[in-house]
Amino acid sequence: MSEPSANGDAPIVDDIVVRVEHLTKVFGRRAREAADRLAQGASRDEVAKLGTAAVIDASFEVKRGEIFVVMGLSGSGKSTLIRMLNGLLDATAGSVDIQGEPVTGIDPKRLRAVRRSQVSMVFQHFALLPHRTVLDNVAYGLEIQGVERSKRLELARAVIERVGLSGWEHRLPSELSGGMQQRVGIARALCADTPVLLMDEAFSALDPLIRREMQEQLVELQAELGKTIVFITHDLNEAMFLGDRIAVMRDGRIVQIGTPEDILTDPANDYVAQFVQDVDRTRVLTAASVMEPPAAAVPVTMGPRGALKTMRDMQISGLLVTGPGRTVLGAVKDRDVLRAIQKGEHDLGTLVDASVPTVSPDTSLADLPELAITSGMPIAVVGEDDRLLGIVPRVLLLAALGNVSTDTSEFTIVDIPPAMDPQLVTQTLDDTEVSDVR
Amino acid sequence: MFDDLRLPLGDWVEAGVDWITANLAILFDFVKSVITGIYDAIEYVLIEPPELVLILVLAAIAFLVRGWKMALGTVIGLFVIVLVNQWDNAMATLALTIVAAFFALLIAIPLGIWAARNDTVSTIVRPVLDFLQTMPAFVYLIPAIILFNVGVVPGIIATIAFAMAPGVRLTELGIRGVNREIVEAGSAFGASPGRILRQIQLPLALPTIMTGVNQIIMLSLSMVVIAAMVGAGGLGQPIVQSLQRIDIGLGSEAGLSVVILAIFLDRVTNALGSLQDHSPVAKLRARRAAADAPRPAVVEPDMVASPTAETEAAAAGGR
Repeated sequence: MSEPSANGDAPIVDDIVVRVEHLTKVFGRRAREAADRLAQGASRDEVAKLGTAAVIDASFEVKRGEIFVVMGLSGSGKSTLIRMLNGLLDATAGSVDIQGEPVTGIDPKRLRAVRRSQVSMVFQHFALLPHRTVLDNVAYGLEIQGVERSKRLELARAVIERVGLSGWEHRLPSELSGGMQQRVGIARALCADTPVLLMDEAFSALDPLIRREMQEQLVELQAELGKTIVFITHDLNEAMFLGDRIAVMRDGRIVQIGTPEDILTDPANDYVAQFVQDVDRTRVLTAASVMEPPAAAVPVTMGPRGALKTMRDMQISGLLVTGPGRTVLGAVKDRDVLRAIQKGEHDLGTLVDASVPTVSPDTSLADLPELAITSGMPIAVVGEDDRLLGIVPRVLLLAALGNVSTDTSEFTIVDIPPAMDPQLVTQTLDDTEVSDVR
Repeated sequence: MFDDLRLPLGDWVEAGVDWITANLAILFDFVKSVITGIYDAIEYVLIEPPELVLILVLAAIAFLVRGWKMALGTVIGLFVIVLVNQWDNAMATLALTIVAAFFALLIAIPLGIWAARNDTVSTIVRPVLDFLQTMPAFVYLIPAIILFNVGVVPGIIATIAFAMAPGVRLTELGIRGVNREIVEAGSAFGASPGRILRQIQLPLALPTIMTGVNQIIMLSLSMVVIAAMVGAGGLGQPIVQSLQRIDIGLGSEAGLSVVILAIFLDRVTNALGSLQDHSPVAKLRARRAAADAPRPAVVEPDMVASPTAETEAAAAGGR
């Protein structure tokens, strides 16, 4: 829950659960004709007379355990797209299959079987059955699957507890707040126990604080249960927070598919670039995306003199020291190294201050400033087994954050934890000054 | 200049009715015996017992669906009918209304459901309903007499035709008006159309459908009075008599009885549509629901959406 980013949390096994190929939906009486013309390269406006093209030639694959976000403004076709994934809308052209089972072009009976066994859905306005209790709502999917009543109520109770609604089983949806109603919606989808979950603007009707909480809970649930989720949203921050990968839609077409970082750092076109301007970068960018090759690191075997020489050459006041297998031992400062050399010591290892801050590559940028300020040393980015991958020097961190404040209209200072001790800052700066004079 | 042109519409209808009488006599005899049988049974139940027993039964119904005020009103109203000496006529009218409304509902609700699920049906049904609703009520009596002879049955048949339309319309409206997302949710979890109809559409459309039921009953009552002209008994008879004799006394007594019956039927069917919190039936249900569902032992205070009041629990049970 405390992890600000979903990236890398869930074990993503590399097999494909949802496969969408050249999916097109045109509304109107001459839909097929329009779809054919679109396939031949006609634009959306050119076929406007034949019908309204809501989704044009969408192709993507969703891997097991992934949260795949489809993002776009209203009218971009994202709701139509998600409704074709479970056959609520017929595709005009193209195909969808889920775990190898086709969803497009099958008879209604078979389609219902696919829905029961493969894919459940969470709706924007919850779509709970108002005349049934929370418990019966949650058990609805199982009821349709034909699970016996006592068994399904037992399963439903477990799911209700998991989403934090214990004690509310016998209430009607109208007695619950919006956030709680959507928890019922999510519980209903989870209880159906299908591998795929479709979420259509699931949090858009909730107020911002509740939305945040629900996003975190979803990430948590997903990590726990390993569901494959297709999530529709118009909110880029939400997309960035939840998405392992994001598809950006515009006017019925998918304009870019990539990880949140890809989309942020390498937008496919001006439209996407403009779109991502507003996003809160610190929550998306990670230590890995700003770190530099660890130039200011020496192996412990180099000894005090080698270390001091490196510092002099690079004009820096401190170094990271690595042990065997490039594990981080800690840092040394020029003052200490100088003194040791004066005393004639030869072991760099004894000088190492092991309290150097280390972070994992997927730590979000928002968590770095505090570490940088309290330690006064560059932050070491380490992988598993403490292996040194790179460093984030303080200057680089400031630059990255500075970039944010010029690019972003909504960058707020709140993202830097307020727990900073001003005394520490001064002291750190003093230290730096002293060592720079030397 | 159009003097020579004459559209023989009347002749055609006449010819059609003649053909039907000649060829479908068995069907009409069957319909006639079914309706007569049901009517006789209901009339027997309503007229045979002493007045007091029936008044108490009807008052009990009023009490259960609405409460003691309604029960009191029913007792007073029905006593007025007894005192103006229209009791037997009133019960005959009630029996006619019940039979006519029953058949009208039997046709209207399935037709409304069908129209709601099929646009073609809807387009065909709509003008037919317009026709049925706007045709002057008396006109239905003529073919009804030809097909079924004078008596109770033509009155009931004409009433069914006249009263059916709002039932069909409101059923269709109610089902089409059910929140689209909720219906979608049903399909998304793999429910069959029949199941969606039973578990989602009908329950959610119920208030609108009940308005249709109420309309059918009220229209049936008004038509049943007119049907007295073709020999269907009941309160219509003294009204028709008083019209012929300009007997304002008799006319107002019978008319008042119709009004009392109408108010009783309207309130009862309305209350059935939305069983109110304070009706004894609703309270009973709420108590049973409360017994089924033990209160949550621990409720986090910040999670409480709205304070749990007695009335809310009752409302929950009543829905």
